[in-house]
Amino acid sequence: MREHGFKADSLLIKGARVIDPLSRLDAEWDLLLREGRIAELAPKHRIRGAAEETFDARGLVLAPGFIDMHVHLREPGQSQKETIATGTAAAAAGGFTSVCCMPNTSPVIDSQEWVRWLQQPERGARVNVFPIAAATMQSQGEALTDFPALKRAGAVGISDDGRPLLDGKLMRQALQLSSRLKLTVIQHAEDTRMTVSGSMHEGATSFRLGLRGMPGAAESAMVERDVKLAHSSGGHLHIAHLSTADALSFVRRAKRAKARVTCEVTPHHFTLTDQDIGDYDTNCKMNPPLRSAADREAILAGLADGSIDAIATDHAPHAAQEKQMEFERAPFGVTGLETALGLAISELHGKHQVPLIRIVELFTLGPARVLKLNGRGTLVPGNQADLTIFDPKRRWTFEAAASLSKSRNTPFDGWRLTGRLAMTMVSGRIVHYAL
Amino acid sequence: MSNLARGCLLGIEHLDRKDIFSILQLARRMNPSKPPPRLRGRRVLLLFYEPSTRTRSSFEVAAKALGAVTVLVQASGSSIEKGESLLDTGYTLRALGADVIVIRHPNAGAAMLLARHLDIPVVNAGDGMHEHPSQALLDAYTILRHKRTIDGLRVLIVGDIYHSRVARSACFLLSKLGARVTLCGPPEFVPDIASTLAPGIAVGRDLQEGLRGCDVVMLLRVQTERLAGEKIGLDQYIAGFQMTSGRLKWAKKDAILMHPGPIIRGLELTGEVADSPQSVIVEEVANGVPVRMAILARAVEKA
Repeated sequence: MREHGFKADSLLIKGARVIDPLSRLDAEWDLLLREGRIAELAPKHRIRGAAEETFDARGLVLAPGFIDMHVHLREPGQSQKETIATGTAAAAAGGFTSVCCMPNTSPVIDSQEWVRWLQQPERGARVNVFPIAAATMQSQGEALTDFPALKRAGAVGISDDGRPLLDGKLMRQALQLSSRLKLTVIQHAEDTRMTVSGSMHEGATSFRLGLRGMPGAAESAMVERDVKLAHSSGGHLHIAHLSTADALSFVRRAKRAKARVTCEVTPHHFTLTDQDIGDYDTNCKMNPPLRSAADREAILAGLADGSIDAIATDHAPHAAQEKQMEFERAPFGVTGLETALGLAISELHGKHQVPLIRIVELFTLGPARVLKLNGRGTLVPGNQADLTIFDPKRRWTFEAAASLSKSRNTPFDGWRLTGRLAMTMVSGRIVHYAL
Repeated sequence: MSNLARGCLLGIEHLDRKDIFSILQLARRMNPSKPPPRLRGRRVLLLFYEPSTRTRSSFEVAAKALGAVTVLVQASGSSIEKGESLLDTGYTLRALGADVIVIRHPNAGAAMLLARHLDIPVVNAGDGMHEHPSQALLDAYTILRHKRTIDGLRVLIVGDIYHSRVARSACFLLSKLGARVTLCGPPEFVPDIASTLAPGIAVGRDLQEGLRGCDVVMLLRVQTERLAGEKIGLDQYIAGFQMTSGRLKWAKKDAILMHPGPIIRGLELTGEVADSPQSVIVEEVANGVPVRMAILARAVEKA
């Protein structure tokens, strides 16, 4: 990263196209930062306060800092894949000012002690790290963790990600607690009894490749059950990395019925399909798997029409030797922090005419609302100055070798993308600069 | 496919008609009793992660007939047991001077993975449920010794298609050469999606219907442990799909009966059918040698 010279306590960002989904603002405005917070936001030349320095942002979009509500930073325990320092450096390079890290580390984040450990300054995080704590002890699916204590320690959500909460009784209890504590329960929706030894989406491609399939029904059946439990309990259910048309239709129905149900999708699911696995490309192996073209179409529609609340990367780094394996033996997961913005603009805005303000919402206000991250995801004066500034027209080539993540397991190496990050600011401090 | 060593044979799906015919033509010129020493001084590494009798010995006989030195590496009793990765094993064999690696592996795509990382030809001797190209080629060779052409032939494949690499390779090959193929068996073994494998492939559930007008009947081995896993009764399978002399009469009079082996008499077929004049099961095994000689010669000479 190139260091940038802003050192002053106040900075005026001038002439940017400011997009703030909460106030539906999308216009050329100026923004004044002071002491790490947003001081003033006004139409061009209408800022009253004085600034020690000025940044000319003409041609760039200025948005609230992006939030990736689903990443795997691999610490504690798997630092050969990623660390909090390297993962958050990649996040900053991708325009994310906040990441929410999943608890499937070694050990599992199921205690206050580990939730606090993730947030300690010694971890060297470059952006805000909001821990998501395990729903059950060691994510074994047997005994619920102490939700109130985990929340007090700083957990912003509850999930056994990677391992679904199969037990309906436990899920019901978790959602009842969620209702009382205003804490979102995030489900990795997969009935694992249907996906045993599966390594990709079940369909014509898996049949042709001779790989055991993971049926779409394994996701949608679990979503259908959980939506019912959310409705009756009043808890907030969030479906992680939703990947099938059927599951999306259950989420839509639940929303119409005013249940507190939200969902996220990943850039790889809105960009690729199972056919992209080609000849066993393990960089296209993740869980949930790349789905059919029809599923992808449904997701694109859901992103445009508002049924989907957030884009999350499910950034899942793995060491090179772990992925250079027989497809069935390679671990699930791909990296995604540095390609999310470019893919969203190229695929959603460029090819499917999704307005930029909607894309910004999916990266900011959407996830902030799902996890009730107050003061994040909007440009309200007084808020921390978490800002993402990008050039929506700039074309660039993503090179995995230049990634700031420790791992390179991406299906997008060498992709030409439109939409490039210019600057990421966390509490008024520049954490990545790429102009 | 572009970064692979020439001469690889990883599957039928990536071959075109010309490739297939040229291998079959080369096989016809290979006389195992008067073999040309085209591989003299070459090393053929047989890397077998799964037990195999006929494929392994057939490749070994073929390689030796061409004058090659063969080395057999099996999962048990090697570094593979100690956790060495497939690629590291491949690099080791390459360093030992392998000219060709013939690999049998329980995971789909294993041969492709090895080929992508090595600069020597890799021959797929069966990868998981994916492909078994040498079997499909020897089947085509066998069919062409009995039928003038494969174009327009009606072929019925009966059995556990889902788990079968033999079936996938056969479907790709027969489709490319213009046969009309029906896959027959219960839905657990022959899901409807199987018809999407290649053009000209259909799924049928009724043996009698499938056999009508059929030129080639190909049976697959039924693993009893899989029957249990799929909740299909043995009796039920035998009642619906076992090939008997009576049922074989539903096919054309000159139909041939094939089976990649090993056969289980009394299960997918009766002993009487296995030994009938229409059965070419033993001939298939014999034809495996010239076809694999051709595959190895092509591998080394193209590389």
